[in-house]
This record gives sequence, C-alpha cells and structure tokens, in this order.
Amino acid sequence: MWDYTDKVMDHFTNPRNVGKIEDYDGIGEVGSLACGDALTLTFKLDKSGRIADAKFQTFGCASAIASSSVLTEIIKGMTLDEAEKVTNQQIADKLGGLPEQKMHCSVMGQEALEAAIAYYRNKGKTSAHKEGRVVCTCFGVTDVEIRRVILENDLTTVEQVTNFCKAGGGCGGCHGEIEHILQDVQGKKNNQQSPVPAARHKKLSNIQKIQLIQETIREQIRPVIRSHGGDLELVDVEGSKVIVALRGMCASCKMSEVTMKDLVQAKLREFVAEDLIVEEEKDTAQA
Amino acid sequence: MNSVVYMDNNATTRVDPEVLQEMMPYLSDYYGNPSSMHTFGGQVGSKIRKARQQVAALLGCEPDEIIFTSCGTESDNAAILGTLSIVPHKRTVITTRVEHPAVLSPCRNLEQHGYRIIELGVDKHGCLNLAELESAINDDTAIVSVMYANNETGVIFPIEKIASICKAKGVTFHTDAVQAVGKIPLNLKTSAIDMLSLSGHKLHAPKGIGVLYVRRGTRLSPYLLGGHQENNRRGGTENVPGIVALGKACEIALHHLDEENTRVKALRDKLESKILATCPDCMVNGDSENRLPNTLNISFEYIEGESILMMLDRFGICASSGSACTSGSLEPSHVLRAMGVPFTAAHGSIRFSLSRYNTEQEVDYVAEKLPPIINRLRELSPFVARK
Repeated sequence: MWDYTDKVMDHFTNPRNVGKIEDYDGIGEVGSLACGDALTLTFKLDKSGRIADAKFQTFGCASAIASSSVLTEIIKGMTLDEAEKVTNQQIADKLGGLPEQKMHCSVMGQEALEAAIAYYRNKGKTSAHKEGRVVCTCFGVTDVEIRRVILENDLTTVEQVTNFCKAGGGCGGCHGEIEHILQDVQGKKNNQQSPVPAARHKKLSNIQKIQLIQETIREQIRPVIRSHGGDLELVDVEGSKVIVALRGMCASCKMSEVTMKDLVQAKLREFVAEDLIVEEEKDTAQA
Repeated sequence: MNSVVYMDNNATTRVDPEVLQEMMPYLSDYYGNPSSMHTFGGQVGSKIRKARQQVAALLGCEPDEIIFTSCGTESDNAAILGTLSIVPHKRTVITTRVEHPAVLSPCRNLEQHGYRIIELGVDKHGCLNLAELESAINDDTAIVSVMYANNETGVIFPIEKIASICKAKGVTFHTDAVQAVGKIPLNLKTSAIDMLSLSGHKLHAPKGIGVLYVRRGTRLSPYLLGGHQENNRRGGTENVPGIVALGKACEIALHHLDEENTRVKALRDKLESKILATCPDCMVNGDSENRLPNTLNISFEYIEGESILMMLDRFGICASSGSACTSGSLEPSHVLRAMGVPFTAAHGSIRFSLSRYNTEQEVDYVAEKLPPIINRLRELSPFVARK
C-alpha cells in the first residue's frame, strides 16, 4: 500500500477544478491510455495576462489525480512567465511529498502545463513532433526529456529516472542508454559498468563470439521481444552470419523484418561485431 | 456488517477460528520437538502425522506423499529445481506466460544459467493450446510446470489432460495449485500429476506453511540439507503450529467444498451480474466457463485500477488490481497482457475474490458502492469525453 500524505488523499477524494474550459486560451494534453496515466490541462487568461481559471481531466492513479488538482491551484493567478517556472518538485512539495515511484505523476503535471503554455504562445498550434530522439520505446520518452529530469531533480540512477519519467520501466531494453545519458549529464566518465564489452574491439574466437551473441540476445534483445509477446532463439552462427528464429507472437508479425534489422542486427552489431548479418530461419518456427 | 468487506481472498484468507483454536496449544503447552524420544515430544510427532493425513485426505493421496514447506513459493522452487538436479542432462523447462512469479522467476533465473525456457502463450480467454504444449515436449524436456488455476483471472487449466500428455511422454509434471486447493475438488489418486504445490494461507490456515505433494516414485532431489525431517528431503525442525493448523484447515476445506461451488459461486455470480448491469464499458477477463467459483476479474475502461481501489478502500472494501500503479511497476499485469487484454482495459482491472465468509449483504454493499465510484472517476477522465 502506498504511503500517501493527507494532502494527496484530500486532493484525490476532493479534486479541485475538474473539467475542461470550453473557450480555453491554452491546452496541454500529455500521456496516453497505454501508459497508464494521462492529463488534459486547460487555462483561461484574464485581461492582465494572468491565469484566471484552470481545469484538468486525469486518467490515472490517486497521485496523478492529486498532482493535477494541486497544479491547478498553484497556477491560478500566475502570469505565464511565472507559471513557466513551476517545477515538478513544487507540485510534489505542495502535496507534502510523493512516494519516489510516483514522482512521474508530478512530472506529468509540469509537462502538461508547459504544453498548454506553448499552445498559447504558438497561437493554437501544437508542435506535432517531440523534441529529441526516443530512447524508451515502451513509454515514448526522448533523450531531451530524460536529460531534463536528471538535471532538475539531480538523479543518479536508472531506477530514479524510471520513477521520474517512466523511461526504462517497460522492457528494460534502454537501461544501457539511460546509463549513458546519466554519465553524460552527471559528468561521470569513470563508471565501471560500461555496457559495451571490452572484448568488442579484439578479435574474437568463435566460441567467444557465440557466447557474446547469446549474452546480447539474452540481455539486450530478448526483453524487448518478450514485451511484445514473442521470443527469439539463436539457431546457428556461420562466420559473420547469425541465424535466429522468432517465436510466439513475433513469428507471425508483419513487422518481424523491421524487428530483425532495427533491433536484432543493430544490437548484435553494437555489442558483438560490426560485420554481423542476421538471417531469420523460418522452417522450424512452427512445428 | 463488519467494518471491513474482505474480497481479496486470492491474496490471503482469514484464519478459520477452529484452525486457530487447534494450533494454539502447539504455541504454548506442547512445545516438544516431534523428533524427540520422550513422550512429551512424541505426542507432537503423532499430531503431525494426523495433520499429514488430513492434508492427504483433501488431495486424495497418501500421507507419505506430503512434504511440509514454508510457503507456496518454496514448494514451486523445490519442485522445479529439485527435478532439474535429478536429470542434469535435460536442459528445457516448459511453463506458461501466466504463471505466478514463484514459478516464472526461478525459470528466468535458470535461463541465465543456460537453460531453455519455453513459456506457452494463452488465448484471449486465458486458455492454453494443448497441441502446442504437446509439440513443445521433447527429449530435452526436464519438467513441465503449469498452474492449476490462475490467481488473477481464476481461469482453470485442463490439468488432468496436461498431466496425461506429460505422462505419455515420460516427462515430470508439476502444478502450482495454490489457488485451486480448497476451492475445487482434487483427487490425486486418479490423476497423473507428479507434483503439486499448495499454500496454507490461501485456505484459511495461517501464513508460513505450505505443501509440496510428490507422487510415490517421482524423483526429487533433497533441497534443504539437514536433519531427517520430511523423509530426508527437507531438513529443519517442523513448523508444528503451522502444520497442525494446515491439517485442520484441510479437514474443514473438505467439508466446505460443496459450499464453495454453490453458495460462494452464487455470490460471485450475483456480484458479476450486478456490476455488468450497472456499470457501462466494463468486461469480465478470463474464460467464465472454466473459472474458480470465487474469482471475478473485471475491467473498467477509461479509468485506472489504483484509483478504484483507493475509493473502495474508503468504504472498507478490499480488492486488488492488475493495474501498473498498484504494483509500483509501470506495466500492467503480465497475465492480462499475455491474454491480449488491451492496455486500456488492463490498467482498469479489478479482482474480487470471495470466500465462505462473505455474505449476500456484503455483495449488495459492494454492488451499491461501486457504480458511483466508477462514474466519479470517469468524470475526471479525459478519455470519456473524447470517445
């Protein structure tokens, strides 16, 4: 059971400012049903440019609803310049704190606010594409978003990054990349856990190569495929040719060719050797 | 009515007062070691023998086929690992994607050590494809482990058919029956099951006691080395009060089996039909024909499970959810995802699991309190307006 503060429970059971302002000046929509939480924030400005009214609609857990509710209270009466400076930490503090694993709820509030302000400033145009490159494909989190939560909340571990913005909370396939970003942002170049094996640049013996391929499949590739309801098996290695078979839901998936090239081959090239070619064996896949 | 309406019996159950009464003397007066030579300890030993008979009676097996363990997880781990060490040349384990973590976690750990783990999928009703299972078994298969009934959906697998397939192929078959024992009738005498796990606290005994049934002739490597207890297979002085309690709980469960499948089932069915009639956009998860009599897993679209649970909690109603938020992980239930339940519905899933202690009044109370909660949360949700 979560250790929610009385403030969280108060905002959850008696949420303030529920709904959607019909003639809004700004609107921010973040999250999705698939992600497990989503928030639509609308605001209306008065003549002096201050937020006269703000309303929210939230799909999510108690802390997501409470974070949204308290956010509307925080920003009422603020100018947009002031509102822009509201951080996720302020939202959490106003609630008397949130459990560590629920910090992403406060980040969602901050993101919706930002999106709503951007909507107003761009005169109603929502920017279609996200800034940056998607790192976590399960939750659609970009490197820009990850860098930002690390900087603003002084995060040091992958687990914390997951708690704050969900990145890495699905299949886990991007943990290595998040670690890289963490090292980059925190300036820690001396980390001992380099995800790229030292053996990579040496000439590998056949046995070493097969072992490394198996390890890469197990740790980097299989978790991603499993999260899509499938599985992958190593069938054979002939020189630089790696023969694999897709199982389960992936075997019959139309996207399997993309999976092979973009995921399996890319990861094996990254972690084992640049010249590897991946081929799919289909004959024995369906007995 | 009680201040707590407890409908989370697949998580754990209330200790039956008769069970408590039976075990109490073994926490106070009868503290002897059952292995001792003196009468004071010996009387405890004979009480354990009685408990073993009581458990065997519920399962329809012989008392010497019962190993007392500390929990269902220990039983599952022992069955799988203890079989693998008997057949070190076989490197494949077959299980399902919807198992309890007590089976899935050790299997995934084995995978790190070079074992091949085949996790069979299920269809949208949560059912297995037996032809797929049969064709997956080969000479390399060391053990097949398939749960009797699923803890989240209550879906019952055709365990006897699976056991027969395994027997015909000469492969050891284990079933995690933690959710099934005490809820549906079992008879291991006429069955081909080799090993079966059960847990005391799911059938009104206390926590900390479990059983691994091992059919005579089935080879299992000893896994807790120490004294001669449990026929040398699990050393360690017995959890006497727990064993006495479990024996009594099994004896009582045998008497209540009919009630589980009539009165408790009727309560569950009433709850289900009332919710379906009063809440729009909801659906039952899992095959409703082959389902435990006490379990109802139902998804409410557009809202999130933790919020529903927190609202129910304010009325003293205890249930659980397959939503991501309740577990602290970010992904919803692995069982519902394996069934292909859309994320939209998986996040809003609620499990009610009843027991013989539930009353009609309680079912009416839950059915009355739930619809306003669902409506309230949907008013807050951005998705209802959009659809």
